[in-house]
Amino acid sequence: MAELVHGPIDVPRILTSALRPDCGAVTLFLGTTRDQHQGRAVERLSYEAYEPMALAALEALESAAMERFAIAGCTIVHRLGEVPIGDASVVVAVAAAHRAAAFDACRWAMDELKRSVPIWKKEFFAGGSEAWVEGASLGGSGGGPE
Amino acid sequence: MTIQLLFFAQARERAGFGRATLELPEGSRVADALAEIARRHPALAELMPHLAVAVDRKLVSPQTALTAGVELALLPPVSGGATGARGGRGKAGGAGG
Repeated sequence: MAELVHGPIDVPRILTSALRPDCGAVTLFLGTTRDQHQGRAVERLSYEAYEPMALAALEALESAAMERFAIAGCTIVHRLGEVPIGDASVVVAVAAAHRAAAFDACRWAMDELKRSVPIWKKEFFAGGSEAWVEGASLGGSGGGPE
Repeated sequence: MTIQLLFFAQARERAGFGRATLELPEGSRVADALAEIARRHPALAELMPHLAVAVDRKLVSPQTALTAGVELALLPPVSGGATGARGGRGKAGGAGG
């Protein structure tokens, strides 16, 4: 079940919930906040979402992953607000009978998330400047889960 | 008719607020709302070509008809995400979250 949280993501809980007796593979992806962007030192990051739409989009992504891959479970959790450098800002957990589908679905869901979910990242640089990270138009070419 | 406006991220910062209402003639479409928003908030005008628009949480086209009370959201581009893959569209280093 998709979640948007405003504090630290409880990674052990997500991992424990993903484990299933009928699955031989669980992939857990953590997107973590990085201290540099294209050579510039990043001091802190903040995420903003259109929350009801973002949550619906994450749930739709989980369902789409379930249909597209031979997996038994997919959970996506995104953190909003300020996230300290080095912390997880997003977690994708996928359980499957076999590892190939678990790896593929995890990567696919994360790639889709970055271009189809209304969540924005702002980076605050050393020296005081700041910038929104903007790469893909929502619903534009290549956007959206197909 | 009155519609609700929501601005996010760069659109919110440029407008100076995240929420507003907009009065439009009956029969207006999304494109009419965008033109009116750009007229009232010149700081948003240059962002307009890059924005996606959602009405009641669904992405819509400029031709979509509006009805009273809907929630129209201006959505700037999202990070997209460099994958860090060699030979891919990603930039070296990739994007974390």
